[in-house]
Amino acid sequence: MTATPVLVLLDHAADGTLRPPVRELLTLARTVADGAPVHGVWAGTADVAPALPVLAAQGVAAVHRLVADADLHLSSVVADGLGQLLDATGAGLLLLVSSFESKEVAARLAVRTGAGVVTDADGLEVADGRLVARKTVLAGTWTTRCAITTPVALVTVKANAVPAADAPAATEPTVVDAPVQVSAASRRVQLVERTERPASGRPDLGSAHVVVVGGRGTEGDFSPVEDLADALGGAVGATRVATDEGWIGHDAQIGQTGVTVAPRLYVGAGVSGAVHHRGGMQASGTIVAVNADADAPIFEIADYGIVGDLFTVLPQAAAEVRRLRAQG
Amino acid sequence: MRIVVCVKFVPDIQSDRQLGPDGRVVRDLGDGTLNELDENAVEAALTLAEEHDGEVVVLTVGPDDAVDAVRKGLQMGAAQAVHVLDDDVAGSDAIGTATVLAAAVRHLHAAEPVDLVVTGMAGLDGLTSLLPTALGELLDLPSLPLAARLTVDPGAGTVTVERRLDHASETLTAALPAVVSVTDQANAPRYPNFKGIMAAKKKPVTTLTLADLGVDPATVGTAGARTQVLAAAPRPPREDRVLVQDTGDAGTRLAAWLVEQKLV
Ligand SMILES: Cc1cc2nc3c(=O)[nH]c(=O)nc-3n(C[C@H](O)[C@H](O)[C@H](O)COP(=O)(O)OP(=O)(O)OC[C@H]3O[C@@H](n4cnc5c(N)ncnc54)[C@H](O)[C@@H]3O)c2cc1C
Repeated sequence: MTATPVLVLLDHAADGTLRPPVRELLTLARTVADGAPVHGVWAGTADVAPALPVLAAQGVAAVHRLVADADLHLSSVVADGLGQLLDATGAGLLLLVSSFESKEVAARLAVRTGAGVVTDADGLEVADGRLVARKTVLAGTWTTRCAITTPVALVTVKANAVPAADAPAATEPTVVDAPVQVSAASRRVQLVERTERPASGRPDLGSAHVVVVGGRGTEGDFSPVEDLADALGGAVGATRVATDEGWIGHDAQIGQTGVTVAPRLYVGAGVSGAVHHRGGMQASGTIVAVNADADAPIFEIADYGIVGDLFTVLPQAAAEVRRLRAQG
Repeated sequence: MRIVVCVKFVPDIQSDRQLGPDGRVVRDLGDGTLNELDENAVEAALTLAEEHDGEVVVLTVGPDDAVDAVRKGLQMGAAQAVHVLDDDVAGSDAIGTATVLAAAVRHLHAAEPVDLVVTGMAGLDGLTSLLPTALGELLDLPSLPLAARLTVDPGAGTVTVERRLDHASETLTAALPAVVSVTDQANAPRYPNFKGIMAAKKKPVTTLTLADLGVDPATVGTAGARTQVLAAAPRPPREDRVLVQDTGDAGTRLAAWLVEQKLV
């Protein structure tokens, strides 16, 4: 790699706190930067100050703060800014978290810059001078290694792809304003309304290390699922059946058309393991299933399966986890 | 109102899907089908066409079998189908496929103006979700991806979508023509009925090549791909798997196992 910086889009909440996967991206950026600086890009009007301590610990050299006279929630405006920064810095690699928004930005940039894109990578290395991304495909059943053959590479990285670690030496990142030339095309889509989802107090589903999921078997009573999630410090997810029934919000849906998760631990309770659901969780580190039906397909992929009633198994497990924790 | 729906032929997700030595999805196992999420796109287009006195054209890019995908669209009620069939398309990545689709939409637009392009939210083989936005860029049209609700105001000449993102919900609007992708929340796709299946047999499927569309083969397919799969392997089976029947203490045992696995 050359000495041009590696760029990382700094995904953050409305209050300026970085989303947890950003630390993982910055860690990954350093490993492939091979001594070249890592630069952050801040797209949004939130104050960057709350993020600076994390960025300093991650060894980030500079933060480019996009400034535009258009809404920076629009992917085309962010793509305008990032395209100009790729040009200005000569960067050959831009990392983004794997969110729907990032994929829109990546698609636009790919067309505008001729860059190659890999989405949902779970690893990244430099081999023979080329960037190679690792990626799990076909509902978590296959792993691939994929080289990017263009001078500029865009990679969206899944949460929990690598453990985040601070840089050997902290930095004092400089913050520089980067005025965006907003293209005429970007002004054609209008953001009429945007409502941020309120934080739940539990970890973010997409990046949590532990996810406990309830399905139809809960019959609408998610309290055992929430209880175990809280005992394990995890997030609560759901199958499409549970969200369609209105037992929990749509944003909790895990699967090919919902959130994709790859936590260290997935627990599915009253979840049959339909292929649509498996597509969003099969890459999880350890899979635990609690299901009344010994023939449920989820047992085929479970590391630990319990044939039993979730209403007795989950509360017992939660109580025991709390007891063992209290013991230290 | 003329609506083009882009649909994809993919291996059935219920089947044993595989990658070949070249890292591409194996497409000759005989169990290909219309990408399930594209049924929502066809449904959205048909509903709009019914509301606003329009016509739906289904469009696909793919090998011989891919004609099945547009046939399904015709059975559901589309009026016309276009299949871009060319050996040089093989190996296209999302941007390559979008390049061919964009050329085909332009070709259709030249014959008769296209007001709206609709796609599914993702292909269930690659699941990148890149294509709809890339298509909008290539056509130089506004793109409004991931519509859970989609409305068109023909008087104002605008399209409005409501969408749910990872951390927020949004409403976007733009002037027509535009590119929209729809999620599986947008509607419940209709099943083709007997009448639809019989009528589809009489409807035309136009086959086009890259030359017909004026697409340089070097920009698509393997030649134009910006990524190259170096290795593909099935994920090794999970080892040391445990299956227990609850006899009253399974929750306690699970907790102990989680501690042993250092997951707590
Ligand atoms: C286009 C499309 C996209 C889809 N996308 C998704 C998606 O993204 N995510 C998703 O999840 N689904 C998705 N689906 C739906 C999917 O096909 C399944 O219908 C769904 O995942 C099943 O949810 P479930 O496991 O909760 O319910 P079921 O399949 O009904 O399973 C319920 C399970 O609970 C067990 N059970 C019942 N009572 C108890 C009890 N007391 N204790 C323990 N176990 C109990 C039963 O034995 C059963 O196995 C999609 C479908 C389509 C067509």
